[in-house]
Amino acid sequence: MRDDDRQPISRMAVHNRWYDLFSRGARDWLRHNQKVRDAVRDHLPDMVTGSDILSRPGDRTVQVPVRFMEHYRFRLRDPHEDDGVGQGNGEPGDVFRTGGQPKRGKGSGEGGSGEGEFQFVLEFKVDDIVDWIWQELELPDLKPKTADALQDDELTPEGWDRRGPRARLDRRRTVKEAVKRRAVQTDPVPFTDDDLRYRQLSRRRRPAMNAVVAFILDVSASMDGNRRKLAKAFFFWATQGLRRQYGNIETVFVAHTNEAWEFSEEEFFQISATGGTVASSGLRSVRDIFAQRYPAAQYNQYVFYASDGDNFADDRDAAEAVALELASEVNFMGLVETPQNRFEAARSETGRLFKSLEARNYPVSSYTVHADEDIWDAIRAFFRRQVDTAESD
Amino acid sequence: MEHMHGPEMSNEQLADYAPRIEALAKERGLSFYPVDFELVPNAFMMEVAVYGLPVRMPHWSFGVRYIYQYVQHRMGHSKIFEVVFPGNPNRAYLVDDNALAENTLVTAHVLGHADFSRNNQLFDRMQREVGYHIVEQAAERANRIQAAIEDHGQSRVEAVLDAALALEANVDINQGLNRPDYPEMREPRDKPPAQGFQRHYNQLPGEDEAEPLPARERAPIPPGPEYDLLWFIARYAPELEGWERDIFLAVREESFYFYPVFACQIMNEGWASYWHARLLREADFLPNRVYLDAIKTHSDVVRPYAGDDAVSLRVNPYHLGFSMWERILKDCSLEEALAIRRDEDDFSFIRNYLHEDLAKELRLFNFTRRPGAGGEERFIVRDREIDTLRENILAPKFNYGGPRIYVKAMGADGHLELGHDVESDGRGLDLARSRKVLNYIQRVWRRPVQLETVDHSGDAKVLTPEDGDD
Repeated sequence: MRDDDRQPISRMAVHNRWYDLFSRGARDWLRHNQKVRDAVRDHLPDMVTGSDILSRPGDRTVQVPVRFMEHYRFRLRDPHEDDGVGQGNGEPGDVFRTGGQPKRGKGSGEGGSGEGEFQFVLEFKVDDIVDWIWQELELPDLKPKTADALQDDELTPEGWDRRGPRARLDRRRTVKEAVKRRAVQTDPVPFTDDDLRYRQLSRRRRPAMNAVVAFILDVSASMDGNRRKLAKAFFFWATQGLRRQYGNIETVFVAHTNEAWEFSEEEFFQISATGGTVASSGLRSVRDIFAQRYPAAQYNQYVFYASDGDNFADDRDAAEAVALELASEVNFMGLVETPQNRFEAARSETGRLFKSLEARNYPVSSYTVHADEDIWDAIRAFFRRQVDTAESD
Repeated sequence: MEHMHGPEMSNEQLADYAPRIEALAKERGLSFYPVDFELVPNAFMMEVAVYGLPVRMPHWSFGVRYIYQYVQHRMGHSKIFEVVFPGNPNRAYLVDDNALAENTLVTAHVLGHADFSRNNQLFDRMQREVGYHIVEQAAERANRIQAAIEDHGQSRVEAVLDAALALEANVDINQGLNRPDYPEMREPRDKPPAQGFQRHYNQLPGEDEAEPLPARERAPIPPGPEYDLLWFIARYAPELEGWERDIFLAVREESFYFYPVFACQIMNEGWASYWHARLLREADFLPNRVYLDAIKTHSDVVRPYAGDDAVSLRVNPYHLGFSMWERILKDCSLEEALAIRRDEDDFSFIRNYLHEDLAKELRLFNFTRRPGAGGEERFIVRDREIDTLRENILAPKFNYGGPRIYVKAMGADGHLELGHDVESDGRGLDLARSRKVLNYIQRVWRRPVQLETVDHSGDAKVLTPEDGDD
């Protein structure tokens, strides 16, 4: 021990401010979150169809509760019971309980504070999710209706002028001019009229990027809560996909039994009604709304019709007539069929109608959505079709 | 609190106290390599506690631990006092916004650890194997891994770290850090003694046939069960690249370094607590207020129960170790105590020195935990039987706290067969998690991997990596 006396003595450094610069914990935490995001992304189909994540229509983000990732290690199977050592006033036979109900008040730090308890919520932009779907499906962008069919006036900035309305005065540019002038003048004045610069706008034609999506929901008695949920999930993601393409997208919500009514988005999924199904009422209502508010010359039109496929037999001709009328007008018309069981699909009244239109090369298609996992396939089929159609144009 | 202290009571004062406490410690018989103390911000301290080293390889799992630590800290559940890295010099980190009294206590505590790590045999062996500059070595390795990320991309490096860090506990401490590869050839086994007709034939008269030279055989890999999975993968994985091998060996070296801390926790924390209490008691240069505040901190650290509870279902190692050393130093001479701290680890320490009367005084009891429905757990108090107490305290410490997994065989095609020592672990593995770990291993082993264990009914079960990416 004597040799210790010759050892260099310990050192006490009281100031080491640069340690504040360390942030590896945060770095690795961000990396973890990135991995969680990637994992969520890989399981996107499950997420899309877990229709519960559609909190409010119109929200631009969805929140997904996620668990922390676990870095797995070899571990023994959880025992039915195991032994340990405690300390304090315990007599043989005494029983303590922890877990279950979390302890309130002063935490004793015992039991149940395992790492599994923490949960956090990741927020995803709906737009990002749609982008991922696009990447996963390797879909090119949708093409709007033929370019010369839809034209829109657009004002684009183009150069500057010394005269113009006050509202278009470009102050930055004006100051720049003043600075240049003052640099070469002796004893200059701050501003002259010659310094003023106004933005010039020119009028251009451009293809319209407007779209309208009409959702028709069969709210007759046979459409129960679960079927509406399926329809809603499909509607939601179909809209998001279209929103990705079109700068300006309008929505129309129509519910029908043997009559049809237009609703706001919030009310739309709450409606219940009794009555039979007369498909033509809903289709006719959409036709009229399109004609009045969203003319085909200015809007890309999409129609989705969710129904269990039933229709009164004596409505057959009327439904076919109005469906044909719509089909020749719109970019696309889709039937989201939610049958009682899978095998009913396409044999139903409405299913047959849509199939026959599709067979005649109208931009029409139908999708059978029986359970959550079908939504993904339906959405995929819808967008694939859109792209195929656009490419063959 | 802090504003109540005058300027002379700030942590600056430590620069004055530390050498005096150190001199006192040496006078009382402790011996240690010098300690580089540094006062660091809390955020840095949390990182050190999470990573186990001041600068260590990046991995997302540390990020998760960091957030837990951060949340705990923000909720006021956790306060870090010090982290010390044995070496020559030792490196000790103290928190710069802890009070002077706390840091004074911690300074003495660190000196206790420094004495322990220099003199305890297990620590000493590991120090010699790993080298005395773990902090610098780990930082250097972290840099190399950072460079590997730049060269090979984050996901490839991460795949290697996923596997290596998951096997952190699967090392064989008894084999030494630098061990030679297996012999390639093995000596032929002796011929079995001749029996029956052969024996009679050999006894017949006549000229002995020349014995053919026994052919040396290629030795199987591994020659016997190999428990050091990190080493085995580093040496024998069929397609491991150099930088990947480096990562395995880096994780293994750090695992060796951490082992004594793990295997001597009760002794080591107890020893440091005993000496901080004693040194401060005998440090007459400390103002009364500093001493009293420090002793208050001391009793918080070594208290057996959390809060106002009168019972605890987890034994505080600081408290247990402290109580044991206090008893030992009361009953034995200092020389004997120093010899105990030199020769024992927690296993022998608990078995040899946790006596029945002390266990009784500490009111230790055995319990059985029964998980119930809804996350509720029932703890049934069994008895205070001393041998059971000792083994129950030690149970979580065997084999670095993990199951005993070993390499059984490596096929000619490179496939890897792992086994699980069910006998000594008493039950089978958590199958789902084990498959995930096999998944990690397969990504670096690059040949088929399997693991044999038993399922819940005790039947043999061969696991293979699960499909999927996570």
